[in-house]
Amino acid sequence: MPKLNIRKGSKIFNTGKITLHALQDINLSIHENEFVALVGASGCGKSTLLRIIGGLESFTAGDVSVDALPIVDPGLERAMVFQDYSLYPWLTVAENIRFCRELKAHQKDNSLRATYHAIGRAHALMELMGLEHISNAYPNQLSGGMRQRVAIARALMPAPEILLMDEPFGALDAQTREVMHELILHLFAQERSTIVFVTHDVEEAIYLANRVVVMAPQPGRIDSIYNVPLPPAGQRHLDMKLAPEFLSLKKEILQRIRATARVHTDAGLLDKLTKPHHHDNEEGRSL
Amino acid sequence: MDFPPDTLHSTAPPPARAPTPHPAPLWAVRGAMSRKMHVAFAVLGFCAVLAVWLGLAESGWFNKVFLPRPQDVAQRFYTWLVEDDLLKDVSISIYRVMGGFMLAVIVALPLGLMIGTFRPVQAFFGPVMEFARYLPAVAFVPLVMLWVGIDEGSKVAIIWIGTFFQMVLMISEDVHRVPMAQIEAAQTMGATREEIITKVILKSALPSIMDSLRVTMGWAWTYLVVAELVAANSGLGYAILKAQRFLQTDKIFAGILLIGLIGLVMDQLFRWVHRQRFPWLYA
Ligand SMILES: Nc1ncnc2c1ncn2[C@@H]1O[C@H](COP(=O)(O)OP(=O)(O)OP(=O)(O)O)[C@@H](O)[C@H]1O
Ligand SMILES: [Mg+2]
Repeated sequence: MPKLNIRKGSKIFNTGKITLHALQDINLSIHENEFVALVGASGCGKSTLLRIIGGLESFTAGDVSVDALPIVDPGLERAMVFQDYSLYPWLTVAENIRFCRELKAHQKDNSLRATYHAIGRAHALMELMGLEHISNAYPNQLSGGMRQRVAIARALMPAPEILLMDEPFGALDAQTREVMHELILHLFAQERSTIVFVTHDVEEAIYLANRVVVMAPQPGRIDSIYNVPLPPAGQRHLDMKLAPEFLSLKKEILQRIRATARVHTDAGLLDKLTKPHHHDNEEGRSL
Repeated sequence: MDFPPDTLHSTAPPPARAPTPHPAPLWAVRGAMSRKMHVAFAVLGFCAVLAVWLGLAESGWFNKVFLPRPQDVAQRFYTWLVEDDLLKDVSISIYRVMGGFMLAVIVALPLGLMIGTFRPVQAFFGPVMEFARYLPAVAFVPLVMLWVGIDEGSKVAIIWIGTFFQMVLMISEDVHRVPMAQIEAAQTMGATREEIITKVILKSALPSIMDSLRVTMGWAWTYLVVAELVAANSGLGYAILKAQRFLQTDKIFAGILLIGLIGLVMDQLFRWVHRQRFPWLYA
């Protein structure tokens, strides 16, 4: 039985006069301990799909379920890491990570043992993420990469079964990204959770995921799904990005995205814009 | 508002500056300044105003009745303090401002929080508040005297009318500006509605609410003077009015300066509390 199951999902946004088909006939099954990446042109509904899985929004029609139980709102078995920084600036790094312990939903078991366990987990997560030395810093004192580590640690604190991430590294530079990739793979191998990961970066998607789902816009739909022919998470390393099967898969996916994106570069227009001006008059006429 | 939404922060670490061998130029665009220098410039600003005043008053171009000299004002200030019970005037005025302001805060805080959080409450109260904001508080004075009488209640009521509606709107704006990402993060962690309000929205908006209160406090002083000018027999505003009857311009000056000074102290107090309570904004 799949961990996460989406059947005939569709989402329509009605904003005033405009009706927008953000998602149409989405069918996707994700198994336990699987890492699925969603890629696709901007506006194809990746974030919307992830938010629906997270319970922050719902399908207009269709079903989405975890362990065969329909998703109606956010649940403790799912955690989300957002595109932008959703950390609480008034809390220190350690307090941000422990934030969920302040909530009633996580205080069902208030025994000493559970509390010790939580403290231990918070420490372990900080250590894993390389955050111990800044545990008392405030988020606005940190770099973008550090902040996103805190956000991931906060999401992992309640040991969620499913981790949903929306372009978590979208704002980071290439080097920081690579470090974060290793971290995520390490985490994935250790925590054995199920991950759905939205990204623009095809290389990132292939390097991290077991399966890459390519989505297409207008209306938002699943275009194709690729299995990644790489070893499991714990055994991947950076050199594999140069392997021929990696590169050919990357090329194939990029071509699919380009074909579905419906954005064409008008070479003639570009030429016009960049050519040196010969004659001001002539230029004026031709434009 | 000096509350930086976390989401707006640039993600790249700040570029490392080359070490500056000599102190940074004073006139750099948005340049930095040492604390000492800052204080020096502020004192200089006050001195400049004082110097201009002194110059004009001593020039002999103006009648002393219209423009008293600084030293006359200081002298009057002293006699007011020792002979005329200045402290009683000051304390009754502060008491009224605090009364009206606090009553406004007690109602405006929960109401603003609800307006900024729940759409139905916003739709219900928002337009009414927007309308009430434009009602001239000063014009309420005769009405208030009719309704409440001329004792303490009327001054407090005028200050309340003058500050409350603005305060509600400003607080609801502050609450409304809490980034959705912060709220949704709490939702995905299973926070209840009450928890989202108390542990996220209120915490996130508090620094800007505090700033809004600081600004409205300034208006409260304005309305205090209005109330005391027309309907009081004590307080700083009343003292100024009485001084006018006796053509004691120096006392009018002293009263005005004193109100300005108290306002400045209050403002600085607010800022100090802001720095103490919200250290992450200054870290
Ligand atoms: N709350 C909303 N109301 C109206 N339209 C929306 C809303 N949220 C998303 N949309 C629209 O739905 C479509 C899909 O948006 P979505 O954010 O899911 O795309 P995306 O694939 O995540 O894009 P990107 O890669 O740029 O993040 C877009 O056309 C967007 O304008
Ligand atoms: Mg998106």
